[in-house]
Amino acid sequence: MEKLGLYIHIPFCKSKCFYCDFNSYSGKDYLQERYVDSLIAELKFREPIIEKSGISTIYIGGGTPTYLNNIAFKKLFSYLKRYYRSGVEYSCEANPGTLNKEKLSILKENGVNRLSIGLQSWNDDILKRLGRIHNVYDFIENYDSARKIGFDNINVDIMFSIQGQTMSDFENTLDNVCNMNPEHISCYGLIIEDGTLFGERYKNGELKEVDEDTDRAMYYTAVEKLRKAGYLRYEISNFAKSNYECRHNIIYWDTRHYLGIGAGAHSYIGDVRFSNVTAPEKYIRLIENYKLPVADEEHLTTDDMMSEFMFMGLRMTKGVQFSDFKNRFGLDMENVYGKQIEKLQKYGLVKVNGNSLSLTDRGIDISNAVFVEFIR
Amino acid sequence: MASEKQKRIRNFSIIAHIDHGKSTLADRLIEKTGTLTKREMEEQVLDDMDLERERGITIKSRAVRLIYKHTDGKEYILNLIDTPGHVDFNYEVSRSLAACEGAILVVDATQGVQAQTLANCYLALDHNLEIVPVINKIDLASADPDETKREIEDIIGLDASDAPLISAKVGIGIDDVFKAIIDKIPYPQGNSDEPLQALIFDSLYDSYKGVIAHIRIVQGTLKNGMKIKMMSTGKEFDVTEIGIFTPNMVPVGSLEAGEVGYVAASMKDVRDTRVGDTITNADNPSKSSLPGYRPAVPMVFCGIYPSDGAKYPELKDALEKLQLNDAALSFEPETSAALGFGFRCGFLGLLHMEVVQERLEREYDLDLVTTAPSVIYKVMKTDGTLLELTNPTNLPDPSEISYMEEPIVSTTIITPSDYTGPIMELCQGRRGVFKDMKYLEEKRVMLHYEMPLNEIIYDFFDALKSRTKGYASLDYELSGYKESELVKLDILLNGELVDALSMIVPSERAYARGRSIAVKLKEVIPRQLFEIPIQAAIGSKIIARETVKALRKDVLAKCYGGDISRKKKLLEKQKEGKKKMRKIGSVELPPEAFMEVLKID
Repeated sequence: MEKLGLYIHIPFCKSKCFYCDFNSYSGKDYLQERYVDSLIAELKFREPIIEKSGISTIYIGGGTPTYLNNIAFKKLFSYLKRYYRSGVEYSCEANPGTLNKEKLSILKENGVNRLSIGLQSWNDDILKRLGRIHNVYDFIENYDSARKIGFDNINVDIMFSIQGQTMSDFENTLDNVCNMNPEHISCYGLIIEDGTLFGERYKNGELKEVDEDTDRAMYYTAVEKLRKAGYLRYEISNFAKSNYECRHNIIYWDTRHYLGIGAGAHSYIGDVRFSNVTAPEKYIRLIENYKLPVADEEHLTTDDMMSEFMFMGLRMTKGVQFSDFKNRFGLDMENVYGKQIEKLQKYGLVKVNGNSLSLTDRGIDISNAVFVEFIR
Repeated sequence: MASEKQKRIRNFSIIAHIDHGKSTLADRLIEKTGTLTKREMEEQVLDDMDLERERGITIKSRAVRLIYKHTDGKEYILNLIDTPGHVDFNYEVSRSLAACEGAILVVDATQGVQAQTLANCYLALDHNLEIVPVINKIDLASADPDETKREIEDIIGLDASDAPLISAKVGIGIDDVFKAIIDKIPYPQGNSDEPLQALIFDSLYDSYKGVIAHIRIVQGTLKNGMKIKMMSTGKEFDVTEIGIFTPNMVPVGSLEAGEVGYVAASMKDVRDTRVGDTITNADNPSKSSLPGYRPAVPMVFCGIYPSDGAKYPELKDALEKLQLNDAALSFEPETSAALGFGFRCGFLGLLHMEVVQERLEREYDLDLVTTAPSVIYKVMKTDGTLLELTNPTNLPDPSEISYMEEPIVSTTIITPSDYTGPIMELCQGRRGVFKDMKYLEEKRVMLHYEMPLNEIIYDFFDALKSRTKGYASLDYELSGYKESELVKLDILLNGELVDALSMIVPSERAYARGRSIAVKLKEVIPRQLFEIPIQAAIGSKIIARETVKALRKDVLAKCYGGDISRKKKLLEKQKEGKKKMRKIGSVELPPEAFMEVLKID
């Protein structure tokens, strides 16, 4: 039995960012304590599988985990401490506008050893336009506190392709973040999603997508600048100093197993993917009535697993290994995907290097078109 | 001598411009005579194809026997033979009219006489039918019955002074319609004791009974068990069932002169019951056959290919089945380098083509790729042989061509006079030759143009509608062939000729057309892994070039965490989209590209 990644979802936010389509809500703070109790109840229910498999990483995501009120916050993290062992990567997402020394200390005391701070931009105007609740100063202050308290593994999230963001805005963000010297930087391209405020504005013609050339130019500027500053790209959007890659996220890309706890959380165990109900109220109600909060369950076929192995694995710079494929499926990757690989190689989208198959830069640019080839 | 029964039979059609209320009036007549119970009644009851209901049109003719108790206390048998209204289906109309003595002409009181009112009226006059005008939609505020009457009298030359004023929709004046049918339309002539002459006006295939011929008895009597003979082929069959339409098929023992019904005789091949043929009694045959009507001539051709090449046998099977009930549809196998195995199909017009495509896709669950429609060009070769060209790909080398001719239609357009300018511009732009213009009334004009058919078949009707806010109506008929300077325009994608996109165009317009097609293709071809040059060429000369740039960005630079299903669904959707594409060499082409290139307006 392989060890699990444990994901815990906190769906609360002070306010919803304009681009965000994750399972998160503002104005539902009154649910926080019951929600944390429900998380603990769900964890207790999942105790057998956790016991049996063991846990290699813990990741508290959201929403905004650091937005939980002090009582709920303390209760959650002191409970979760029992899953922490030496060698476990234990991450928590944080919003600079909701952090303070007290919360940072609680995290530290309870075993959290990796912080992931959502900064997005080093420009207060842009932050405002994104609907963020913090400014650059909040970030600097909390980052310094975290360092003082002893966090030695910090990720900073930044974003490009934001409407109205110039190349020099973005370069400035990159430079300043590099100066702060975090161990890890996630660099995402903004996507206008349905069901968000930006999505509405887009439909009404008030917002336009950043043109593709600008998008790509920003992306490659990031790759270059970060490389020079000592951050290696190990996944399409993730950069880290050596040995600081996020092990929890690598579980997803390696299509290994994880258990998700909380509203809308996804799990993958054995050959089954399942996910919980998304609405926190419903999640709480089911748990309080001793019912499983599972909403969806999908049994993967070998074809599904091979497709996922390819399109998740290829997101990583190291790509997918021919030997891993053989070990997992008992088949040669060349036999299953030979034609596709040959075609994609011809167009310069993938490259074979000894035991591994990986995307070229051009392959990254149009990775969805590449991945489609591997869907069976 | 006509029998008493015969004197109480009326055979009639309803003719009208599209949307003037033909099917609604048929519904009312059926309802009023109690032919169907309230429960069985539904809108457009005779149009039982889904496609007919959705589009609000009649495609196939149908017949129904109505029993009406007249004011004289006697019961009359009224055989209503429903007909399509669209110009493409004139052929169907003409067949049905041949089985009638009269026709109700429905004219919309809010619109007056329209192009197809005229066209259908002329068809009815050709068949010497008594035409009974009826003015419909008088319940609407914009109805002008007096003006409509005047138009019927002035434009068509029919006496409309006592035309029933009705609203088929709300059921006003329906009894007047019955009265007019009985009083004005003559009863059928013919003698039930003469040798049998029955006209086949339609046929359809039933998997249990074999071919069912829809017939009108002109002379004599058709009886159960009779041995019948097809007069054109001499083939003989034993009658297994005779019946009438109520509108469902109900068996009866015999049909006498003047009656309308059907006959089944274990006929397996639709070709044995050619529409227009005469059925007679094999043991006591009639000396002469009835004047038939000219067979339907397909005017528009296109290639139809299965999206999935493996479905070729299914497509063949489906076309054969459709042809059983659609004599006007023709097809023969052809191959395309780009599209593989398929069929070159012939249609009466563009609507007919669309209807067949839709029926193939719906009723037979086939995904199709359709190539650009073409007309029949006459190619006189230098060696003196004449080639009738239905597929542009087969055009011989220009050095072998002496000259070419293309079909010309005489076109009638009726429009509010405000739009004559834009219409003339449109017709001229389509190589139309102005014939004449007549004021039908102060504000309405009838225009006549001679136009090449290939200018009409693509999107002329749409262009006409959009320029006249939908007010203009159109009718056309083939008037002959005319010599024209024509060339074959080829399209190359990524350097490869796509035969399915080739078309014949007037040489003076080849450059402009080549450019507009290249631009259009650039719009419809999605960006792909590599850059795709689009070229338009005449012979080896490239006359236009566009480029579909390679895909620049298609990446999710975002973290969905453990929600891999969502990612997979996005990719699966993308893959579905790809699957619908037609691969031409290495290029993926959306199936609609083949039609899209024609929409030049």
